[in-house]
Amino acid sequence: MKVTLKVWRQSGAEDPGRFETHKVDELSPDMSFLEMLDVLNDRISVAGGEPIEFESDCREGICGTCGLVINGQPHGPEERTATCQLHMRKFSDGDVITVEPWRAKAFSVIKDLIVDRSPFDSIIAAGGFISVPTGSASDANLIPVPKEAADAAMDAAACIGCGACVAACPNSAAQLFTAAKVAHLNLLPQGQPERYIRVTKMVDTMEQFFGSCTNHGECERACPKAISVDFIAMLNRDYISSKIKNRRLAGQQR
Amino acid sequence: MAITGIVLLGYIATHMLGNLKVYFGPEDINGYGEALRDLGGHLIPRTHLLWLLRIGLTVAFVLHIHAAYSLTLLNRRQRPVAYAARREYLIASYASRTMAWTGTIVLLFLVFHLADLTWGAEPAVSGDFERGEIYNNMIATFSRWPVSLLYIVANLALGLHVFHGVWSLFQSLGISNPRFNKWRRHLALGFTVVVIGGNLTFPLAVLSGILGESGFLA
Ligand code: HEM
Ligand code: SF4
Ligand code: FES
Repeated sequence: MKVTLKVWRQSGAEDPGRFETHKVDELSPDMSFLEMLDVLNDRISVAGGEPIEFESDCREGICGTCGLVINGQPHGPEERTATCQLHMRKFSDGDVITVEPWRAKAFSVIKDLIVDRSPFDSIIAAGGFISVPTGSASDANLIPVPKEAADAAMDAAACIGCGACVAACPNSAAQLFTAAKVAHLNLLPQGQPERYIRVTKMVDTMEQFFGSCTNHGECERACPKAISVDFIAMLNRDYISSKIKNRRLAGQQR
Repeated sequence: MAITGIVLLGYIATHMLGNLKVYFGPEDINGYGEALRDLGGHLIPRTHLLWLLRIGLTVAFVLHIHAAYSLTLLNRRQRPVAYAARREYLIASYASRTMAWTGTIVLLFLVFHLADLTWGAEPAVSGDFERGEIYNNMIATFSRWPVSLLYIVANLALGLHVFHGVWSLFQSLGISNPRFNKWRRHLALGFTVVVIGGNLTFPLAVLSGILGESGFLA
């Protein structure tokens, strides 16, 4: 099969960037979208051009490194998959496909299709952890965890930090990512000591970089892990509680 | 947004219910207006409690608009380079994406509406306006079809606004439970249909002659 690609090229943060058109033929429908880009890059290199920069690592939907806006949809037309899990058979022979990087003020373009997602790291650094004494490993199952809480925490922990939620949101808000990261700790007993300080710090850090959620719901659909917006409600509830709970009485730290 | 929104939602629901009194005739609705001014009975000087409510409502409205304005500006700045490909919104509803527009329409309508039926101010007011004669004022204003049309359009805009707002406030306040979450959309739709539907009947009833000079079908 063959397709025509309109790909975003940008040499660095200062460059205004532009679209470049490439006709790519002799493709197999069984190729993944990224393999198609690999093939194109090979041909560009052979012709003496500069390959298109894009990110990927695991290529099986678990690392969250890849991420392209394909025809206006973060991670492309396939639901519940990352860009690396998208296959050319999803397209028709002769299609024109637009490929852009995540667009958000907080995610500046490093080069071509690669964006800087370090604001996510700042959110995690603000509270996406639990404090535990190090030393020898404790016995397994020492802390009882209700099955329901474990399941819900697991659903939240499925977030791979790809940033598609921000890319999809009309407000470039990062509520879904932050909600997932807060929930997977706040739902578990191990997350309780820092529960309210965590939500305050992570939300406040998020607000330094991103837009604000107005409950459009686009993020849930774009998310390769189908993280539910229910977690955003949970985030808001914990945030409100963090402002009104007397933490001293609740036995919380500072 | 959510807290002030709830106050405003409470207001539009009460307002619609109160206005239904036109269907019981001039004495009923005019007496209702009088009763509002007498709120508090002999305990509180006349119209004081009404003014307290009006002030509360105005404060909620101003805060709501202030929050909406800053939120919209903040969010518009978050994507300096727009997507080139046409965005196909898959979940975000028409209502959720037009909140700033429908909100502005309702605000402009409100100014007109107050001039028309509360202050009796030009150029909105009808020739026959008389303070306290709520029934006649309503008939006079809606007998002008462009004004009725304006009320209908503004209420449809309010409907879109409220439809997203009612659902959204549950999310913002963190009221979420798998047991009843599917009812949040139904509640938003039901509230919108009842309140906006009720409001729409007034201009339509006057235009079609169901509400006549001296009462229901009279
Ligand atoms: C077709 C629908 C509507 C009708 C027939 C209607 C009718 C009226 C009437 C007759 C009054 C004056 C009452 C009096 O003189 O005591 C009034 C006041 C008012 N209306 Fe409406 N209205 C409608 C829709 C709306 C909507 C959608 C809003 C809000 C966005 C609204 C907000 C107000 C406000 C704030 C006042 C002033 C209340 C006060 O004086 O304390 N109305 N309306
Ligand atoms: S919530 Fe979903 S879309 Fe957002 S970063 Fe996590 S995995 Fe990606
Ligand atoms: S490359 Fe790891 S998720 Fe796509």
